[in-house]
Amino acid sequence: MSEQMSPERMSPETQTTFPRHVRHGSNSGQPVSRRDGRLKVTGAATYAADNHPEGLLHAVIATSTIARGRVRSLDVEAAKAHPGVVEVITPANRMPLHHDPNEKMPPFGFRVEVLQDDTVRYVNQPIAVVVAETLEAATEGVRLLAPRYEEEDARTGLDNGLRHEAQSVGVGAPGTVSFGDLDAGLKGAARVTEGDYSTPPQYHNAMEPHAVVAEWDGDTVTIDMPNQALRMSAASYAAYFGIPAENVLIRSPFLGGGFGSKAILNGPQILGILAARQLGRPVKLVLTRAQMYGPVGHRGRTWQKLRLGTGDDGKLTALHHHSIGATSSFDDFVEPAANASLMLYESPAIRVEHEGLRLDIGTPGPMRAPGEASGSASLEIAMDEAAEACGMDPLAFRLANYAETQPGTGKPFSSKALRECYEQGAAAFGWAGRPLEAGTMRDENGFLVGWGMGTAVFPCPQFPAEARATLRADGTALVETGGADMGQGAWTALAQLAAESLGLDLDKVEFHSGRSDLPDGGVAGGSGHTASAGQALSNAGGDVIARLTELATGDPDSPLFGAGNIGVVAAEGRLHRRDDETRSQSYADILARAGQKELVGTGKSGRDPASAEAFAMHSHGAVFAEVKIDPNLMQVRVSRLVGAFAAGRIINPKLVRSQYYGGMIWGISFALQEEAVADRRTGRIMNADLAEYHVPVNADVPRMEAILVPEEDPRVSPLGIKGVGEIGVTGTVGAIANAVWHATGIRVRNYPIRIEDLLRRR
Amino acid sequence: MKPFDYIRPATLAEAVTEAARPGSAYLAGGTNMLDLMKVGAAAPERLVDITRLPGLDAVEWLPDGGVRIGALVRNSDLAYDARFAASFPMVAEALLSGASAQLRNAATVGGNLMQRTRCAYFQDPASACNRRESGSGCDARDGENRMHAVLGFTEHCIAVHASDFCVPLVALGAEVEVESSDGKRTIPIDELHLLPGDTPQMETALRRGELITGVKLPAGAAAFSGHARYLKLRERTSYAFAVVSAAAALQIEDGRIAEARIALGGVAAKPWRAAEAEASLVGIEPSQPAFARAGEIALASAHPSGANAFKIELARRIVTRVLTRALEGTPERMPALPGSPFAARPDKTSGVAHV
Amino acid sequence: MSLSISLAINGRQHDVALNDPRVTLLDLLRERLDLPGTKKGCDRGQCGACTVLVDGRRINSCLALAASMDGAEITTIEGLAEGDELHPVQAAFIEHDAFQCGYCTPGQIMSAVGLIKEGMAGDDPERVRELMSGNICRCGAYQGITEAVLEAGRKAAENAQPQTGNPDTGKDAA
Repeated sequence: MSEQMSPERMSPETQTTFPRHVRHGSNSGQPVSRRDGRLKVTGAATYAADNHPEGLLHAVIATSTIARGRVRSLDVEAAKAHPGVVEVITPANRMPLHHDPNEKMPPFGFRVEVLQDDTVRYVNQPIAVVVAETLEAATEGVRLLAPRYEEEDARTGLDNGLRHEAQSVGVGAPGTVSFGDLDAGLKGAARVTEGDYSTPPQYHNAMEPHAVVAEWDGDTVTIDMPNQALRMSAASYAAYFGIPAENVLIRSPFLGGGFGSKAILNGPQILGILAARQLGRPVKLVLTRAQMYGPVGHRGRTWQKLRLGTGDDGKLTALHHHSIGATSSFDDFVEPAANASLMLYESPAIRVEHEGLRLDIGTPGPMRAPGEASGSASLEIAMDEAAEACGMDPLAFRLANYAETQPGTGKPFSSKALRECYEQGAAAFGWAGRPLEAGTMRDENGFLVGWGMGTAVFPCPQFPAEARATLRADGTALVETGGADMGQGAWTALAQLAAESLGLDLDKVEFHSGRSDLPDGGVAGGSGHTASAGQALSNAGGDVIARLTELATGDPDSPLFGAGNIGVVAAEGRLHRRDDETRSQSYADILARAGQKELVGTGKSGRDPASAEAFAMHSHGAVFAEVKIDPNLMQVRVSRLVGAFAAGRIINPKLVRSQYYGGMIWGISFALQEEAVADRRTGRIMNADLAEYHVPVNADVPRMEAILVPEEDPRVSPLGIKGVGEIGVTGTVGAIANAVWHATGIRVRNYPIRIEDLLRRR
Repeated sequence: MKPFDYIRPATLAEAVTEAARPGSAYLAGGTNMLDLMKVGAAAPERLVDITRLPGLDAVEWLPDGGVRIGALVRNSDLAYDARFAASFPMVAEALLSGASAQLRNAATVGGNLMQRTRCAYFQDPASACNRRESGSGCDARDGENRMHAVLGFTEHCIAVHASDFCVPLVALGAEVEVESSDGKRTIPIDELHLLPGDTPQMETALRRGELITGVKLPAGAAAFSGHARYLKLRERTSYAFAVVSAAAALQIEDGRIAEARIALGGVAAKPWRAAEAEASLVGIEPSQPAFARAGEIALASAHPSGANAFKIELARRIVTRVLTRALEGTPERMPALPGSPFAARPDKTSGVAHV
Repeated sequence: MSLSISLAINGRQHDVALNDPRVTLLDLLRERLDLPGTKKGCDRGQCGACTVLVDGRRINSCLALAASMDGAEITTIEGLAEGDELHPVQAAFIEHDAFQCGYCTPGQIMSAVGLIKEGMAGDDPERVRELMSGNICRCGAYQGITEAVLEAGRKAAENAQPQTGNPDTGKDAA
């Protein structure tokens, strides 16, 4: 391939200049570079496992190699005899906990394995912890345990797992939703297309393995760990150890990626904290890469069936999406895959259904776009197949089925610039020249070329969050919220929002985050952190400005005296009369005159219930993919990806574009690479590493473009922020699969698409 | 990791003496050995670090035009040695298609030859593996085996050899120099790696304590330099082991193939020389049908060892394709994506044509 | 067994009494010499997060025995900037948003520094992508990484040789 494009041409948007101070006196809306950038490029950013308190012990967990049964014996003596080993913690000597780990911990806690007994429920379940003076000794201690098992047959697939109706899927969504008369819709259809699709188990594989460094002081504990939900976790850990929540301090300034796997409590991290308590010394416990395939969640495998009825006009008459989702034998998280069909396309009849399949695996959990990714991966192929059956261009077909209101309910959308996404994405990609027929394009090297598209969609939740803003005598501010930056750029975007609300330049704002003793920043999940913690920060800043305004307008010597009714504008560290901006006073001056050292404001966020009831709220997008395929060897390479996304207000286009790129690369990964391959007999994952469990490398990602489609939405929240972290995955997966079809004429309905799937003759 | 003694001998004589003791293993780049020790698939009692042995890190040109590569020459240094790459381009291309830049900087020539299989069951001490533990069985046989062997396997072992480097070396008839306290000898590389038979634990022809000191490429091997390519199918564009790979080299005289060399990787427990396929090409005019026939011949004795029948078809096709590439001529500059099907010819420009 | 090794890290001499030959270079840096900037992502040479320069060449420090590094000169992410002045690769990474979570970043940057030294990529984005493929970024910051490496490579080609700091000495027990 010879896309010798200059990097400038690879992403023209970065060259766009944004007007400074879009809103009063801040950098909000500007593509500012990451505030934590210097720390991250110098190695000074501290991740959990980088901590090394005095007297530290190293803990390594022993994990099971069987999927189901009991641990019959462990050679604890041999492990303890190894030089440096301090203790071996097993169910026999593990200190008691104050919460039964077989019971869920509300609100989002799963059942966890923390050596409560000798039962083994999945491969890589913790069965012991070896604690030693050095990492090397603890690691060898684990090997020396040489566990023996009483093994039962592992349930590893559709043929031996227990199928059951899923009452609820994902995090509390209903398992079955039905609108209209599906049978009538199918019967009345000019044609019905249907297919069976499957998605494999996938593992988050954040680059940073789950880690914990715990140090107890009496009944209080300081925990360094990557964590996407600080306050909630602190309360949960407190419950496990029977101490007040305020006795738990979690420090999580930087997460080395999360993708959902660091939002929910897991056994190994509890065990690290427990080991520190039991031994009375600080303990570091870090999972090995292999151990991340089991106890810390994954994207559950699905088997899906889609039936689409279409009329002569190319409009859907019926949409039926059924999904079986694998879950564990002891807990429930069924991938809400079919629910993707409730968000996008208009149809008089829609039915989505889920079943669960109990297997001897670790409990799945939310992984970047849970449900939306797996569901849209199938739905977008199904839409392409229906378009093909109708003889329509895939984009024209999607436009013909464009949902003007929420499918089924008829609720209006709070905003929906999807049409603009289609237009701008298609134009940038050059979609208009696409031949309808598959297998007709070649490049200059004779490679098969295919173009495919998919629609991207993701809900935009707003979670409860709190923040505090303190204006100081010198006119600078400290803003605080216990948020989490797992790479999305919270350190920067949240600070930008706070600065905006305070009418300060970004460099005048000190931002504290990543600790559980700060105001509750809520959950960094559901692509809702900026919308949630950002709104709280903005409100806190607004609170400060309101108090400041009161001081100034009530001060007879202030140029703002009596302007209370007219209003003031906060900008660049000064309050200005709204009707006469030349009359202004600096914050420092206002505080000094009032004799105040500082002014503290607080803010909260949460979705307006009336708005939530009245409107359907989603981010939208359209992704266009080009693949090149060797005509004989059938190796696939994604040669171009263009995504256009509308996600409400954009706080920092530089960071947002990175989020879209990242999501789209996950789409490449889902479509062509990722699959945890478990041995059908033992349930052991035979590629539990990063050499054979493939995720994209740099050479897999030649050219991408992310278009930020403007969208204003005052209904989702006062700030109008939707969310950008996950939507990039959706749409992209199907776009690539459809491009592969377009290149080859072969419809592969099982992910990932592999070379052997394409070797069969058309 | 099991405790071990670490020894860093100063001389070759000392090294081979130390390594002759039971439980010893050599340590060079460490990229494979340490990995295996971490997962528990290797547990030497004594590591003999040979990285400081003198005289093993040079690429020496022999008077007859052949070359002797010291066993401690790093993979990257060899691949980027301009004279070497010009003389043996498919060896350089194979080296650069393997692993990552970091691993190539550490891994040595000798270590590459000695790397062990990637079979997941070999690497997993909880699984039965005759190669790792003689007589324990082979869990790969009925396991997840889509990447396993299609040639030369037995019921005792279906693992494949993972090296890229060794594939063109076998095609070019390299010789491996080894040394022990009993003296020196030379082993043709095609005889270095053993097929499993009923003794899969015997992986190479090396005797206990024997150390690879160098690899020799004969002068004649450079005669292929104008038409020599390596091609490697992967499940991602880079940093992945081969699904299948192939090296092909041709000498064209008066429009006819005077000599041909073909070897396959990722198909057997050793790099697989396809001598009959080579012979089928000699003396004929190069053509697609002839190349396709060579592919058929190369895989004539292949059969699936599990869910991997597709590899046979792929291997046939890769032979055809790599021969086609070799015929087109060695590119003047190493392609940006060495070994990749997407290593397009540099003279082509971008664009999409509708046919 | 105890081993005495001596190595220069970021220009500073370390004499280390190593009480365990199993210690890798990565764990030596992180757990024994208080240099946790180098990251562990897989511990098996499969991700590149632990990339450091040994005698000027990029390698995976997780697959190198510390004992084997006796006499080596090592550069880690902590040794790249000159005081407050970032190395051009570091600055380019910030400018091009070449990271998100930052965990793979020290390895990416050390790998990029090694790549530029090797001089095999020139200004060809495809060569940069291929030669940076030993560093996995799960967040997917590859486009920024490629742009940053190209820019830093161009600057390195324009500028003179980078200088190294003055070595001082220190003793460490590990």
